[in-house]
Amino acid sequence: MNARAQKWLVSGPPLVYLLFFFAIPTLIMVVASFRFPGDYDPLAPIFGTGNPDEVAGLTLESYQRFFADPIYLELFLKSFLYATATTLLCLLLAYPLALMIARSPKRYRDILVLLVILPFWSNFLIRVYAWMIILGEQSVFAKGFNGFLGLFGLDPMPLLFTPLAVLIGLVYVHLPFMVLPLYANLEKHDPALLDAAQDLGAPAWQRFWRITFPLSLPGVYAGAALVFIPALGIFAIPDLLGGTDGILIGNLIKQQFLEARDWPFGGVLSMVLTAAAIGFAGIAAWFARRQRV
Amino acid sequence: MARRSWILWAMAALGYAFLYVPLIIVIVYSFNDSRLNAEWVGFTWHWYEVLLKDEQMLTAAWNSLIIGVSASAVATVLGTMAGYAMYRFKLRLLPVLVLMPIAIPEILMGVSLLIFFVMLNVTLGMLSITLAHIAFCIGFVAIVVRSRLTGMDESLTEAARDLGATHWQAFRLITLPLIMPGIIAGALMAFTLSIDDFVITFFTAGVDATTLPLQIYSMIKIAVTPEVNAVSTLLMLVTLILIVIASRLSPGALRGE
Repeated sequence: MNARAQKWLVSGPPLVYLLFFFAIPTLIMVVASFRFPGDYDPLAPIFGTGNPDEVAGLTLESYQRFFADPIYLELFLKSFLYATATTLLCLLLAYPLALMIARSPKRYRDILVLLVILPFWSNFLIRVYAWMIILGEQSVFAKGFNGFLGLFGLDPMPLLFTPLAVLIGLVYVHLPFMVLPLYANLEKHDPALLDAAQDLGAPAWQRFWRITFPLSLPGVYAGAALVFIPALGIFAIPDLLGGTDGILIGNLIKQQFLEARDWPFGGVLSMVLTAAAIGFAGIAAWFARRQRV
Repeated sequence: MARRSWILWAMAALGYAFLYVPLIIVIVYSFNDSRLNAEWVGFTWHWYEVLLKDEQMLTAAWNSLIIGVSASAVATVLGTMAGYAMYRFKLRLLPVLVLMPIAIPEILMGVSLLIFFVMLNVTLGMLSITLAHIAFCIGFVAIVVRSRLTGMDESLTEAARDLGATHWQAFRLITLPLIMPGIIAGALMAFTLSIDDFVITFFTAGVDATTLPLQIYSMIKIAVTPEVNAVSTLLMLVTLILIVIASRLSPGALRGE
């Protein structure tokens, strides 16, 4: 058997499967976003069969709708802000964790990393549900928090179904995605650099800001992409932890496909989300590459 | 230096607490003898008994199991092929198709599969869920298998070939046994991802089929009940066991190396 035949024999089946169940559905979505509102069949004849009842052809109508009403761009902006805040908070929490793991004795590192990953392997909904319990009105935490506010004469504040709850949920769910690339980067740093800096009289904060942090930037960019992109499209967390006005772009997409059944408009929203995700990944990759030079 | 590392350890300990305390709370309240997840009243197995009598929950668990087993079986075969192909040959399209479903927001894959199935007149249910799960599991298996292959000693296959083994024999007798731990780890990972998946399942499930995560979602959407704590605790236990086995078989696999 020649190498060419072998190559196709091995890579063919997964290739065909992914073409069929990933690439083609994605392309159909692209076509769907250019169909007329109310057209549920993205593959209906594009030029029509002459039947006047039939909706045919392609249109930019749904794209126009998206750009005409600021409410949609505002929703995107809101999702962007949530994803950005999530990324920054994850970075703030993950950095000490990753640094501690990278600087602990070698034999403990694997288990410490595993401890970061384990919660990530528990069901996503369970992790969100945990915060419904903690932030719920009845919870010991919420009562304690409001008691604390009471000491200062402040009114009790709801915690669940607020933007804060959504943010906590987003950070909690995505934290391991930031810790892992950061750790992978920090682990490779040469400790001799820090020793040299110390010998030359650099204080701790200077050693961190001028050596460790700049060297860790590729890890930061990778982590940022891994947190930001999934956080951008999330709908279950605003659904469960957010208030009635707490929806993000993911919720609108879900609503277009399942409730409003406006596939073309849902398609437009999905296209914009895809563009945003790819754009962000590209920016992160560009920064990471520039760093290496 | 000592003072600084002390601060670092304290911050890291807080990080671990942030990761674990919520999950521990879920587990603890599953044994609490109260309808509310609030004050600790007393120990009980009651919520587990409720769970075992809940027909809908049991059906959902059974569905999840069937989907998990069939999706991970197919994804393991296809993922191993993809991982091997990506390691052995220079390919352009396959790596993109393998990695994209992992890289983009899940909801995009969910909605595009939804319109795809509806268009093909595939009734949404167990079959559509399984087909969708296979699609996103292939990538994870492929990555684990490829990382296992990268760590393999290439000279062993070459020796087998020199001694007259065909490509297939060399693969079956040398490569396959060597990468088997990676394949099993990938299979366990695929199974875990499948029984845990919510987003893609949500869009491809239709009205009739329920899986465990869908059932949990519809319950917590309405109210917080300790029965959810009980099912969550059991689900965490199952996942924990599978992940510990997988990490024993292929250390590093779970870190996406």
